[in-house]
Amino acid sequence: MAKSPEEEHPQKAFGWAAKDSSGLLSPFHFSRRETGDGDVTIKILYCGICHSDLHNVKNEWGFTMYPVVPGHEIVGTVTKTGKNVKKFKVGDRVGVGVLVDSCKRCESCQQDLENYCPQMVLTYNSYSQDGTKTYGGYSDIVVVDEHYVLRFPENLPPDAGAPLLCAGITVYSPMKYYGMTEPGKHLGVAGLGGLGHVAVKIGKAFGLKVTVISTSPKKEDEAINRLGADSFLVSSDPAKMKAAINTLDYIIDTVSAVHPLAPLISLLKLNGKLITLGLPEKPLELPIFPLVLGRKLVGGSDVGGIKETQEMLDFCAEHGIASDIELIKMGDINMAMERLAKSDVKYRFVIDVANSLSQ
Amino acid sequence: MAKSPEIEHPSKAFGWAARDTSGLLSPFNFSRRATGEKDVTFKVLFCGVCHSDLHMVKNEWGSSIYPLIPGHEIVGVVTEVGSKVQKFKVGDKVGVGCMVGACHSCDNCDNNLENYCPKMILTYGANYYDGTITYGGYSDTMVSDEHFVVRIPDNLPLDASAPLLCAGITVYSPLRFYGLDRPGMHVGVVGLGGLGHVAVKFAKAMGVKVTVISTSPNKKKEALEHLGADSFLVSKDQDQMQAAQGTMDGIIDTVSAQHPLLPLIGLLKTQGKLVMVGAPEKPLELPVFPLLMGRKLLGGSCFGGMKETQEMIDFAAKHNITSDIEVIPIDYVNTAMERLVKADVRYRFVIDIGNTLKSSS
Repeated sequence: MAKSPEEEHPQKAFGWAAKDSSGLLSPFHFSRRETGDGDVTIKILYCGICHSDLHNVKNEWGFTMYPVVPGHEIVGTVTKTGKNVKKFKVGDRVGVGVLVDSCKRCESCQQDLENYCPQMVLTYNSYSQDGTKTYGGYSDIVVVDEHYVLRFPENLPPDAGAPLLCAGITVYSPMKYYGMTEPGKHLGVAGLGGLGHVAVKIGKAFGLKVTVISTSPKKEDEAINRLGADSFLVSSDPAKMKAAINTLDYIIDTVSAVHPLAPLISLLKLNGKLITLGLPEKPLELPIFPLVLGRKLVGGSDVGGIKETQEMLDFCAEHGIASDIELIKMGDINMAMERLAKSDVKYRFVIDVANSLSQ
Repeated sequence: MAKSPEIEHPSKAFGWAARDTSGLLSPFNFSRRATGEKDVTFKVLFCGVCHSDLHMVKNEWGSSIYPLIPGHEIVGVVTEVGSKVQKFKVGDKVGVGCMVGACHSCDNCDNNLENYCPKMILTYGANYYDGTITYGGYSDTMVSDEHFVVRIPDNLPLDASAPLLCAGITVYSPLRFYGLDRPGMHVGVVGLGGLGHVAVKFAKAMGVKVTVISTSPNKKKEALEHLGADSFLVSKDQDQMQAAQGTMDGIIDTVSAQHPLLPLIGLLKTQGKLVMVGAPEKPLELPVFPLLMGRKLLGGSCFGGMKETQEMIDFAAKHNITSDIEVIPIDYVNTAMERLVKADVRYRFVIDIGNTLKSSS
């Protein structure tokens, strides 16, 4: 008979988990594997709250395995290293993002695209190679194969930098892959939340002109004056949308709810690219005519490989880019989730795990 | 008051036109402009029947102006050239495809992408620079600015090369643009009709492995034995489709009816590309998860610019690629349209204009 989460591994661990689709989180005792020869054990300092965490705790995608400990924007300190570990030593500041393992042999893994490996293991709600479930960063410690651990740059704040481990790489990777980095070109960022606000900062760092596209007019001041966007387009204003037709070279669409693509596609110039990053529960409606007439494309992207995630962290460190966060205590997690459901956060909650997770 | 089609231009012309949304075509006297200094005038010998012609005669896209003479896969022999024409002379075998005008000053035109010029003028049913309506190739003569005329190499039969002017470029351009033209790649072709069968031939000539994806099992033998496809998938057969998951670098989707995208996205490898060249009128459902999980993309393409159209014709000539056609007399055209609705043709009707289109006067 399968062991309980508390007993299945030798290292005691403590975190907060959701036990059912109400999504409410509460204290949870579990365990982590022994630090293997290639492993690094990390004391977790901070963990960002990603919208995927919310989707998962409420089983909105239909594949949550309860109890689930979410959290894949983890920053911490190395406390133990396995004897074969080369890249890290005790005391190093490190990060863990969305994946913690992959097959290491397939074409994707060979090309540093572990995130597209068919056997990729997610940081939480996934099965490890030993058959046990993975638990995420809303917890005190995590044990990870060193290959999937990131070196966290010294000059990046560990709290505000935590969201880069998912939000950051999620926007950085497609911007590189789809060639959305030519200085002077015009990028639209749809949705100004956890992903969107980082996309604005990274877009500006690439020398792009950036327009934020949002349903909320009240985000305009922040978008322009604080985040550095060049302009702001209220997507529910038909006249403004019409005037902006055929002006954007690229769009990063971060909206995770079901939403119409047609208005966004109309904003693109010839050969324009709309990259959709949100994961709505249902399919989206896609008009084909405008894609054909304007040779436009809609593409997807899912986080990034480990090498590219490191590159992104170093890029952000170089350009002074971190997330805008609201630091919360672990005990306030359910309140934060409620506010996140209403997009009431500028722009990422980060849990001060080390200072507020007490048994 | 606008002049009637018969007298608005100085040169008499004769063709068949649709007069209303029934789409039925019948004899029609009209006129062509005099050969301008940059114009090429040619006697039309053959014209392909494109599915777009069917959409347009029935006003299915809501943009048709009647009377409408369709036809944008036009080939013939030059009879007159304007004083500033450099590329063609009387007697040359030439063709005109989907467009006859563009602005020549925008970024797209500068990049040989006249087909994407906001002021691009379609070969039929559009407003020309002089304000008159353009009439297509179901007619005895054609006058076109030389920029929009392509040379048909001698080794290509005129009748079977006519469909290349729309079907050919429509599939050639995205194979190149989306990088699905490298030897050893595996590309799927959805729909085995006018576009699909030419896509198979071009892709094979580029060294690509080709799988045809079709709803009709009875097209399998032809696809494999005659067109040279490497394999054939019946799209409604779940087991076949499942077995082919994650095997294709790209897919050229020629189907213009509503159809599900999810199974096609599943056929793509990681980073695969689904290219739409058929244009369903209503939006399709885009399943987002599989697009993201495999970093896949879905893009469109719309025929091609003039430089690339000539390149495509020359490529076809080099590899002896032509369309598989059924040559018909002009008075069969309404029946051909009915058969086209049922996809009952292997794989393009071509009207023998030269021999069968005779003015009654």
